[in-house]
Amino acid sequence: MSEQTGTRIRDFILTRFPGVELDDRVDIFTLGFVNSLFAMELVMFLEKEFDLRIPNEEMSLDNFRTVEGMSALVARVRAGASAGAGPA
Amino acid sequence: MTPAATFSATPSSDVDEAALRAGPRAFVDAELAPRADAFDEAAEIPEWFLTSLAEQGMWGAVRTGGMVAFGVLHEEVGRGCSSARSLLTVHSMALYALDRWGSAAMRERWLDPMTEGGRLGAFCLTEPGAGSDITAVAATARPAPGGGWLLDGHKKWVTGGERADLLLVFARTERGVSAFLVPADTPGLTRTPVRGLLGTRAALTAEIRFDGCRLPAEALLGAEGMGTAIAAGVLDIGRYSVASGSVGIVQACLDASVHHATTRRQGGVLIGRHQLIQKMITEMAVNLRAARALCLRAGRLKEAGDPATIVETCAAKYLASVSAMRAATDAVQIHGASGCSAERSVARYFRDAKIMEIIEGSSQIQEVLIAQHALTAAGGARPAARAGAPAAPEGSTA
Ligand SMILES: Cc1cc2nc3c(=O)[nH]c(=O)nc-3n(C[C@H](O)[C@H](O)[C@H](O)COP(=O)(O)OP(=O)(O)OC[C@H]3O[C@@H](n4cnc5c(N)ncnc54)[C@H](O)[C@@H]3O)c2cc1C
Repeated sequence: MSEQTGTRIRDFILTRFPGVELDDRVDIFTLGFVNSLFAMELVMFLEKEFDLRIPNEEMSLDNFRTVEGMSALVARVRAGASAGAGPA
Repeated sequence: MTPAATFSATPSSDVDEAALRAGPRAFVDAELAPRADAFDEAAEIPEWFLTSLAEQGMWGAVRTGGMVAFGVLHEEVGRGCSSARSLLTVHSMALYALDRWGSAAMRERWLDPMTEGGRLGAFCLTEPGAGSDITAVAATARPAPGGGWLLDGHKKWVTGGERADLLLVFARTERGVSAFLVPADTPGLTRTPVRGLLGTRAALTAEIRFDGCRLPAEALLGAEGMGTAIAAGVLDIGRYSVASGSVGIVQACLDASVHHATTRRQGGVLIGRHQLIQKMITEMAVNLRAARALCLRAGRLKEAGDPATIVETCAAKYLASVSAMRAATDAVQIHGASGCSAERSVARYFRDAKIMEIIEGSSQIQEVLIAQHALTAAGGARPAARAGAPAAPEGSTA
């Protein structure tokens, strides 16, 4: 499931930035073209694509740096929601 | 005296746009537009009128009615009075931030009164040295001994700052730019009204200084260092509001111009018979349709939670504000000398329209952001990054 999550996140980034060489561990904020608007787009994408709400305590830039980090974030938020500790 | 609430809380995707417009339009025609020149002249919207906006359910629209309805409301209010629309804009930005990223304690205390309009919000990003480039923010928030934060700084051009109860403030912390919610009665906070502005003169604009303001830990929004991303999210709402309000200015210019062209005679004919006048009216009518369509598209994408709304909103804001300035210039031209005087509202539209091209990201900043988006979508990101060319100005969005 996490592989599939990663693929969907990678596809979104590649749709916005075609031609970028993207490794799941590469820090996208160091690539030079990502700005705060894109950070907001990423939040909206993750929430819509995976039908979740990212809680405040997870709203840290570090969670959005890599495809791997975002996949882990999605898994954590989903686990939190199913454990009843729903996002804020 | 005030009509019953006109702002419906029905999700707007389920409702026809004309139905969404009917209530706000009736209120604006009866209550707001006839008073807007006087508000502008007095450089103030009086408290009783702010209360009547609350009775209409307008202050909480960003949370209650769906984003298409929010856009239609802000267009209608903008048609009547850009100062009132500006107050609704910044309040909506603060309310959106509170709702989306506010701590439980802040939400508990502020969410209901802000939604009802009993308490008003404002947005404090710009500083003397930080305008388009928000990474230049110099206000600071340091951890306070014993917990919480100590806020110091100077914010300029705060719409509604003279009146607001809760301020959304951006300040530098150890981990970058962070966002805070600051009650206006916090000790150490002083506000100075700004007078003599070109436009939106009644929007209660102020300069605000923070001198060792002590904030509780829960004043922080989201997480420390997320300020530029929060600003981007909040400015997206602000831009959508300004775009919609600018469409309202174009509509007001068109209405006034058509009226004047069909009543004013020179050389024995109505001036509307002249093709050169008709050309100006055509431009207004066409740009009105185009800008309104872009706003509607941005609103629908917001309701769908689609990230494409971010750039679509930049496009809507760009076209609508540029069209408002152009329409207002032509409306003054069509009115001749009377358009240059307080006799006609078009003089106010002209002054207000200029502000729309500067706030919530100037036209130049929208041009940079839209071009950057188009270039990267065409596969241009990689070469630009390799060549060390500057990315879209980080946070250049105020
Ligand atoms: C009536 C009014 C109300 C306002 N209300 C608020 C408010 O409520 N809260 C708030 O925080 N701020 C508010 N502002 C401030 C507003 O957001 C800023 O004026 C705006 O961000 C521009 O910043 P600046 O005025 O410092 O201009 P600057 O950033 O100094 O820009 C000057 C010129 O340079 C251009 N420019 C700058 N950077 C670039 C670039 N990278 N590429 C190309 N051109 C560029 C600009 O487009 C502009 O033409 C308000 C302003 C006005 C006039």
